[in-house]
Parts: sequence; C-alpha cells; structure tokens
Amino acid sequence: MSVELDVFVGNTTIMDEEVYQFWLDGYTVNDAVKVRMEGGVLEECEASAEVLRSDTMDQYRTFQMCERLLHSPAKLANQLLFQIPPHRQAMLIERYYTFDGVFVREVLGKKLSKGTKKDLDDVSAKTGVTLKSCRRQFDNFKRVFKVVEELKGPLVENIRQHFLLSDKLARDYAAIVFFANNRFETGKKKLHYLTFQDFAFCAGQLIIVHCNHSRVLMRPALIGKEFLQDLKELKILITDKDLLDQHKSLVCTALRGKTKAFNEMEANFKNLSRGLVNIAAKLTNTKDVRDFFIDLVEKFIEPCRSDKWTAGDMRLYLTHYTNSAHILDTFKHQVVWDRYMGVIKSCILKMYHD
Amino acid sequence: MPGKLKAKIVAGRHLPVMDRASDLTDAFVEVKFGNTTFKTDVYPKSLNPQWNSEWFKFEVDDEDLQDEPLQITVLDHDTYSANDAIGKVYIDIDPLLSSEAATVISGWFPIYDTIHGIRGEINVLVKVDLFNDLNRFRQSSCGVKFFCTTSIPRCYRAALVHGFVEELVVNEDPEYQWIDRIRTPRASNEARQRLISLMSGELQRKIGLKVLEMGGNAVVGYLQCFDLEGESGLVVRAIGTACTLDKLIPGSEIKETLPSSSSPPPFSPSKLCSRQSSSSDTDLSLTPKMGKTPPPSSPFLTLCLLLSSPPTLDLTEFPFFTLTCFPPGFLVHIGGVVSARSVKLLDRIHNPDEPETRDAWWEEIRQEIKSHAKALGCHAVVGYSESTTICEEVCILSASGTAAMLNPRFMREGLCVYSRFDDASPPSCGFCHIPYDEFNMPFPAQLTYCYHCRRQKVPDVLFTTIDLPAEAAVTGKGCLIQARLCRTKKKAQGEVNATAISNLLPFMEYELHTQLMNKLKLRCMNALFGLRIQISVGENMLLGLASATGVYLSALPAPGGIQIAGKTPSDLSYDQHISTMQKRINDTIAMNKELYNIHPPECIEEVVGSPIPDRQRSRLFRSTSESSDELSELDLSHGKKDAFVLEIDDTDAVEDIQSLLTDAPMPAGFYSCNTEVMPGIYNWTSGLQMFTSVRVYRLNNANLTNQGLNKIFTDLCENLLKSLYFKLRSMIPCCLCHLNFTVAVPEEELIQVRRHTPKNTSPILFIFPINILVSIRELEFGENEEQLQFSMELSSSSERCSPLPEVRSRSLRSTRSLPCGAPVTVVKMTPLSFLPRTRIVKYLGIINMFFIRETTSLREEGGVSGFLHSFIAEVFAMVRAHVAALGGNAVVSYSMKECVFMENPNKNQAQCLINVSGDAVIFVRESDQEAIPPLITCGQTSTTGADGTT
Repeated sequence: MSVELDVFVGNTTIMDEEVYQFWLDGYTVNDAVKVRMEGGVLEECEASAEVLRSDTMDQYRTFQMCERLLHSPAKLANQLLFQIPPHRQAMLIERYYTFDGVFVREVLGKKLSKGTKKDLDDVSAKTGVTLKSCRRQFDNFKRVFKVVEELKGPLVENIRQHFLLSDKLARDYAAIVFFANNRFETGKKKLHYLTFQDFAFCAGQLIIVHCNHSRVLMRPALIGKEFLQDLKELKILITDKDLLDQHKSLVCTALRGKTKAFNEMEANFKNLSRGLVNIAAKLTNTKDVRDFFIDLVEKFIEPCRSDKWTAGDMRLYLTHYTNSAHILDTFKHQVVWDRYMGVIKSCILKMYHD
Repeated sequence: MPGKLKAKIVAGRHLPVMDRASDLTDAFVEVKFGNTTFKTDVYPKSLNPQWNSEWFKFEVDDEDLQDEPLQITVLDHDTYSANDAIGKVYIDIDPLLSSEAATVISGWFPIYDTIHGIRGEINVLVKVDLFNDLNRFRQSSCGVKFFCTTSIPRCYRAALVHGFVEELVVNEDPEYQWIDRIRTPRASNEARQRLISLMSGELQRKIGLKVLEMGGNAVVGYLQCFDLEGESGLVVRAIGTACTLDKLIPGSEIKETLPSSSSPPPFSPSKLCSRQSSSSDTDLSLTPKMGKTPPPSSPFLTLCLLLSSPPTLDLTEFPFFTLTCFPPGFLVHIGGVVSARSVKLLDRIHNPDEPETRDAWWEEIRQEIKSHAKALGCHAVVGYSESTTICEEVCILSASGTAAMLNPRFMREGLCVYSRFDDASPPSCGFCHIPYDEFNMPFPAQLTYCYHCRRQKVPDVLFTTIDLPAEAAVTGKGCLIQARLCRTKKKAQGEVNATAISNLLPFMEYELHTQLMNKLKLRCMNALFGLRIQISVGENMLLGLASATGVYLSALPAPGGIQIAGKTPSDLSYDQHISTMQKRINDTIAMNKELYNIHPPECIEEVVGSPIPDRQRSRLFRSTSESSDELSELDLSHGKKDAFVLEIDDTDAVEDIQSLLTDAPMPAGFYSCNTEVMPGIYNWTSGLQMFTSVRVYRLNNANLTNQGLNKIFTDLCENLLKSLYFKLRSMIPCCLCHLNFTVAVPEEELIQVRRHTPKNTSPILFIFPINILVSIRELEFGENEEQLQFSMELSSSSERCSPLPEVRSRSLRSTRSLPCGAPVTVVKMTPLSFLPRTRIVKYLGIINMFFIRETTSLREEGGVSGFLHSFIAEVFAMVRAHVAALGGNAVVSYSMKECVFMENPNKNQAQCLINVSGDAVIFVRESDQEAIPPLITCGQTSTTGADGTT
C-alpha cells in the first residue's frame, strides 16, 4: 500500500513557521522530516513519521505555490488564491527576503550576474548554506537590484515600499545593492575580519548623504559631481608641508596627556593623514572606489591596530583630527572636509575591531 | 421580456503574459448570456487592463435568467491568428433574482481556465432589473429562496413547513458524445462545465416552481447531486424541504422570545386547513413555531406536552424533511434510522426530457423508506438524504433518514417553560420516548422508563441522522464514532455484478451496525446523531464507512459494558486470553468515561450551563453503577446479543475486538464530531478554520483478504485523523465539527494504464479520496487563553470574547507594515450552518459551483498532489470571490459534494471535477453581552470591518 496523493488545503492557508524555515534553508523534505523528528514534535503530539512527512510535503507544496507571489510581495496582499492573514503575509515576506550573514559576506560587492550565480556551488560548499538557499538569496538580491535600479527616490524607502520589508531589512538590502553597484572589494584576506553588518553600516553612512535620485546616484555620497573637484582639493592637507605640520601640532596639543598611545599617534600622524586624504582623492576615480575598504584598512586601521590603539583612542584621535582642520587658516574646504570626515570617522569606528 | 440583465467589465489585473515578444497582453472580453454576445474594446499591451466598458444589456426571460449563467471570456487579441482564450468566469445570477438577497454583484473574479487554472482576475459589475410578471402559467420561479442549510436559516422564522420537494434532470454527458472525438479535451471540459451550470439552473427553477405551487417561498436543506453515469448520461438531482419563511426584523422578535406566559397559545386550526387544498404532490401540514432555537445555554427549556396525541398528519406522499435541526418542540418522538438501498444497472437515457426510469428508481426507494418509518410507528422522516455510488454500469441508490413523530400543532414558546432550577421539571426528553407500540415492537429492543421523567418508555439506544436537538439533556461530551468495513467481491460484469453486490449489502449494513454499536458501548454512550453510512463500490471490493457522533443522553439508560465470551472455555490459556481481552475492554471503557466526562458528578459541574438538575444527576450515577447487573440480565433476555457479547471463537468477533481497540484516542485538547454542534461543549470562540483533505492510496495485490483490507482501511482512516490532529495542534483546544468523510474506489481501468512494468501484473489501485470539511472551533479554557484575548476591538465588553486570539491581535499590529491595508475581503467558509459568536444578518443566495481542471503536464505541476492542491486552492478562491462579489463575508453550510479525480501518469495527464455548494451570508460579530439574548442587534458593524482586514 502506498500513498499516491495526499493533500490538505485550508480556507485560511495553514503554515508552520518552523517548516517554512526549513524550506527557505533549502532542506529536502526528507531532511526536514529528520530534523523535525529530532526536534521532538512527535512526542508532543503522538504522531508518526508518516504523519510528519505528509505534513511537511503539504507545507512545502504550499510554499512552492506561494513563491511566485513572494517575488513581487505587493501581489501577495491582493491575490485571491491564498487567504493569508496580513501578519502571516508579513512574516512570509520578511523571512523569504532574510539572508544568511555568511552567504552575503561572500557575494558582497560582486556583480550580480549569471557568472556569479554559476559559482554559487563554491559559495555553498564554503559557507555550508545549501545551494538552493544560496540561489534564493542571490535571486532576491538580483530582483531587488533590478527593481530599484529603475526607480527614483531614496533607496531604502524604495526597497521598503516595493518589497514590503521591515526597515532593518530594507537597509541591509540597500547596502547590498549599493555594494553590488559599486563593486566594492570585500573579499581580500585583510577584510575577512569584517562582518556584513560592518559593511552594511558603512554603506548606510555612504548612502545617507546622497542617493536622492536614480541609478547614477546609487554611488557613494562623496562622488557627487560637484564634489569631485572639492575632494581633490583636500589634498592640500598633505601636499602643503606647512599645513601638514600645523595640523599635526594642533592635533598633538589637543591629545597630549589624554591617551597612552600618544607617542605612536604623534609618530604616525603624517602617514595616517596621508592615508585618509589619499583615499578621498581616490574616490574621484570610479575604478578606485572599489578599493575604498581595503585602503581604509591598509592605510589607517592596520597601522593603528599594530600600535595598539584602543577604540577610545581612535575616537579621540579622529575627533581632534577632524576639528583641528577648522583652525587651519589657509585651509578653505571646511564643508567638504566635515562631510568627508563625518562619513570616514563613523566607518572607521565601526570597522575598528578584531 | 420580464428581465433586463446588465453587465459592465471594469478592469483586469495580474493577467498572464500572452505575447512572449513584448511580455504583455492585448486583452479584451466577451460577455455572453444565452445567445447574445457583447465585446469590449481591446486594451493593448497591458497586464492590468482598464476596460471600463459601457453597460452591456441583455433583455431576457426570467426563465433564462434562472437557467443560464453569465459567461465572461477574457481573450488575447491576435492580429494574425485566432484570438487566444485566457480564461472564463461563470457568474450565477440567481442571487439577484430574489428581492431579499443581493442587489448587485460587484468584485474581482478569478479568471479560470480548465488547463491553466486561475490566470489573473477581472472586475465585473452585474445588475438585474426584474419586471413583475403575473402570468399564472409561467415557467420561472424567481424569488424562491434556496438554502443549503439544513435548519431554519438564522434570520428567518418558519411560518409553514410544506414538505418534501424533489426533481431531477438528465442529459448526455458531453464527454461521451461523438463530437468529443474531434474536439480538444479543453473544449469538452468547458462544454461540461457550461452544461452542468445550465442543468443546475434548470433544476433549481423546476424545484422553485413546485415550491410556488405548494404555496411556499423557500427551499431549506437543498441538496443537489450529480451522477456521472458515464456512457448513459449525466443526472442532476436535488431534494429539499419547501417552507414559507418570514424574515425576522431585529428588535421586533425580542418580545416573542421572552417567556411571556400571559399570551395564550395562538393555536390556529384555520391556518392548518387553509394551506391544504393546493394540489402539491408532497404536502404536509406542519407549522413549527419559531425559527429561532435557543442556544444550548439558555436557561429556558421547552417541554413538549404532546405525549399522547395520535399522529393526525395528513400525509399525501412523502412526509420527508431534509432538515436536521428543528425549532424546539417540532420533534415529538424519534423512532430510529431508516434506510433503503437499491442496486441498479445503468442504461442509456433515451429521452432526456422524460427521465422516467431515474424517477421511478427513486420513487421506489422513497416508498420503502416511508414504509420503514410506518413500521416504526412514525409518520415522518427527518434528516432525510439521498446518494448514489456508481461503478461502471452498476449504480447503488441509497436513501436514509430518521423516522420521527412531528408536532402538528402550532406551539408557542411561552406555553410551557420551565426554569432549569425548578426541581419538578426535567429538561426535555420527549424526543427519546418511543413512538411505537410497546407490545408490538418492530424490532427487539430493551425498553425502560425514561430516566428523566420516569413516565414514558425509552429504548436502550437511539440512532438518528439528525443533529442533537438543542433542548436535549446530555451527560458529558460527545465524540466522533466511525465504523469501517471492506469486503472483497469477485470481478464481474453487468447483472452478475449487480447481484453479487446486492447480496453483499445486507451483510455490510449489519456489520457496520454492529461495529457502531460496539464502539458506542466502548465509549459508554447510548445515542448516535448525524449517522451517515456510505457504501462505495469498486471493481473487486465494497467499502462501507459509517460516521456519527456518539453521545450520552441522560434520558436513556446507561449502556452496559461489553462482555467477551468464549465458546469452548476448556483451555486455560484460552480463558486467560479472554480475560485479558475483557480487562482491556473494561479499562478502555473506564478511560473513555473519564475522557468524555461521562458520569463523575464533579465533571458535570464543569460544563457550563449543563441542564441537568441535581436529582437527575444522582440518579444517573446510580444507574451506571448498576450496569454490571443489568448486563448479565440483558445477555440472556434479548436477541440482540451481538451488541453486548462478543464471542471470540468467531473470526469476525476477533476482528471486531481488534478494530474496537485499535481506535487511537484523540490527543488531549481535541474533540471531534460530525454534527453541527459538539454535545457537551458550549463555550465556543469565533475562531474557525475550514479545510479539505484528499488522500489516494494504492493497494497491493497481497492484501486481498477481507481482514487484511479491513485493517488497511481502518489504518488509513486513523492515519488521516492523526494527521489532522497533528496539523491543527497549534489550535488546541479545538473541536473538529462536521467531520465528513467520503470514500471512493475508482474504476480499475485507470490503473492499468498507470503501471507498465510487467512485474506488477495487476496492481489494484485503491484510490481513496477523503474530503473532510471540518471547522475548528476553539474553546476558551484556562486563564492563559483569557490573557491572549484581544480587547482593543470590542471596546466595551471584551471579558469573555477571545476569538482566535493570536491571529486577530497580531493582525492589527502588523497592518502598519503593509501599505494600503488588505484589499481582499476575508471570506470565512464553514460546513456549519452558523458561525459561532456571530450573527448572520443576511442570506445572499446559494452558491453552487462546478469546476473541471485538467493538465497535460502533471509532473511539472508537482505530480498529482501538486495538481490537486492547487486546484482545491483555486476552487476555494473562486468561491470566496463570488461571495465577496455578492457583498458577503462568509459561506455557511459549505460542502464539497463531488471530487472526482482521474489520472494517466504515462501520458502525464490528470483531470479533476469538483462540485461545491453553500449559502453566502453576511455576518456580524456579536459581543459577548449581546450573545445572551441572541436576537438583539449589536450594531457593531465596525467589528466586522476590523475583522475584514485579517
């Protein structure tokens, strides 16, 4: 005797969140049944493995049928096929678009192309996330990218409205889209210590200021056209010897006695300042933009770390470094400087950890 | 031209891409009624076209209005080739023909295609202008209301119940016509859908005419069925109960329901005679008093005074009632279940206009039922239903009902009201008293004096097909009882086959009955309600499935235990074996008593509003303790030994015992029944979930003994139930009401195509679809539940209103994250005739839909399960859309009557037919305070609005 057909349909679509997660994680029905059995649902309901299997199959089918709708979440609310209470709809969407930190870390900054998709099996092997789940997540990135690419208006808000995501998730997607668009390098060994959340935060900082319009501006804030020249002007801080010395003495005066790492700060000031200002100058070149993070780490974070600065030291240093520039009478680019340093400072503070 | 039908096509959305090149569609719409067709303009290059058409007007006879559906076809315009059909919508405009139902149909309908399923939606507006037609010889019956509900609909009062109406129409099945050889299956299926829609319209009209002739204005308990007889044609038949219903005006009837003993009983014999003279063919002068049954917790109980009046009803033809639930006092006595079956050989219907053979067949069966009822000393049959099962050219017709005595008088509720606290007045037990002559009993039965009033005789057990009367005194809780049986049969053709089947039938009935009786005893109960026995024929087996809700009626004697006896009690080990069996049975009985709260007095107190007075309870207690003595006495004195003593020598008995003991107990927190209300549970919440489950099993050749089959069949049913409990575990505590199983054994020719491996010579496929329509109702239990309640919505009095706590409370919180609220109206569906904790304010008309779905890419659609899963979901969606378009927010008395599934995996094809029906209604949520006097308008429409967003 074998079951040929086994179907269970409710007027209000019945879904089990746990099974939904298994489905999203790309478990096969058999694996999901196994895990559920170990999870002890059976004892609690006196059910048999057969019952569990039938239930899992039913749920998987439901999710498969819903998947088409989840691709354009707005449809879920006004489709007629499934009667799903709104809170459930929100849950379905949110979970469908939720991604694994380890996975996104692998594809962050890569082009969302067919080529990348082909390599997903490597990513899957490396991260332990099932290939099915990798594909889903990758397709989600791609889908969101495609939609917002064509839209005007603030990036995060667009994503939130089109995909009905929570604010947090919409921000993360904005970061992913932003990284993909600018192809930031995130895969170098030196950057491995950074988590997706670090990058997402930086992306948020970089986006905040700008991105008020369309695809051209889905670029770092600091690359606004009028801004390009101004950023170059900052170079004066390191090229003008007097200015550099003046800046150094101002910062050192302010820091003296406030930190243990003062000596290292003083010794390294010129190198560090050169590093930061050069990054600014480099931003003007689209191709160099992708090295932003690696530059930041190599030119600034690593030297400081080897000198054993604490996070407090870092904050103190950057605050004074930024503010002191205002006192420099020959330095005319205060506004640009503030804007640039505001972003850089918060990025560095976020990235400065082990 | 007594009617003008107007339709307007507003817009479409989510249309499929029909033009691969542009990824868009050039859609237009054809609107067809009868032979007239209109077209909209082509709306180019859009998946969300806005046609906003003019009003298309059809001037038609009201006869056509009743028969024909409005057909809307959405097409893709193609300049160079034929236009491609996207899909269709059939709209039954019958609800617009009654002044009290819907006035306009407006909303989004899924566009349905028999191959692709739902393909987008279309927004349509439909109106009807009716002109009065006073022609006496008219063929139409506009305005007669139809209800699937098998009780007097909630917002009506029955002024008169006229009696039984039936009709059938036959036609050739388009699938078996010659043209089917040259047309595509899609065209054939569309023709079938259309034909059945037409036939059911015609049937309804004809029944309506009969009702008008009888002087009624409504059909209650309308039951329509299709018999797909294959080669010999297609039969659509329907039965119902003609009534004259008065609409209750909220507010005015409050006075009536209050017990005003001052008003004299308005017994009006004139009324009785007046309606008689009309020459209707089924005519019964019955006048129930009130359309509204008091809730079970009502402090007032009605006692029938009609203890000794002889049946005086004027019964012309068939005194049958399809109702299962009656106004209090309507039912005087119940005799027992009556049923009749007949095996027929199908032949081609030669003249569809004169379906005489089919009529004659049913006539025969009804006569038999009538004579059975007479034998039980009853003049009427209630809870009456008819069904067929077809296997190739053999057809079994079945009819069953409950013989009963009805109250011919017009009774007022105020006449005999007793307070629950009045010691001298027991709750109503009259319906349990035997209607037949004690000294001339139609069958051997053990009679005792009623445990309630001690004045009249009652039988030891009572089987009925109706719902438990609201006023009945019940001890403990009820539960679902099923008897399952499989019998093998030789494969045969024609007459030989029919003879073989008819020889087997009585044995099956007997065994099912025995099983039911044993299971009833095992649960320590003494009555069955809602009994439904289904017998299905397959090529080489017969299947019987009986379901009912067992209950302990306080008026009936306590059931004895079950005793096992061995015939050769010489062997010591054998004796031991028997005694262990006996012990197991006794243990089970004791456990069940606990489980169903039968008998311990402290448990009775827990039941809210239990109508059992103290005295009664103690008596009851005593009687159960006596049960063992009674038992031995019964063994010897009566012929119905089988119910009590199982002789273990008998292989059948071994089987019986096994099946008795293998019934797994329900998990804690679950209750189940197949009736509308669960006896013994009164604290419903408004949480409700309806679902359908279908399973198909394939049997291997090896298991072809009766015993093996029985075991398998029982396991299947048990597994299915287990599966349900598992799925619904998050809703505990919950009750599965109206659990309705359907079994079928499809023809074997299907099977042979499916296996091509030579190893399996003839694998018997045992397709076994079970449609379960269950609504779950949550119970309020402990404090925890109460805390989950949602109090924002019902501003004033939310103390005990905890309707599906999690869903509703969360829904409000989450609305913020969704834009523009949910635009889709939530439509609840339930097989019950009401929605707990709500009040139905309007009936919008009957929903009766028939769909066919086929596929030629079965594997791609996820196999048979995927195919059927999406089809059922689509059917639900279409039902909801139609109800929403009528302005309703629920379907009550919903049932899936037919679900025929066929597949051919070799060709990667499958096909399925589904027929669903129900009553579209508008309900409003009742706040708890208002629930006590159930007829006060709550005016809390805002609550429904809020609910509508879920």
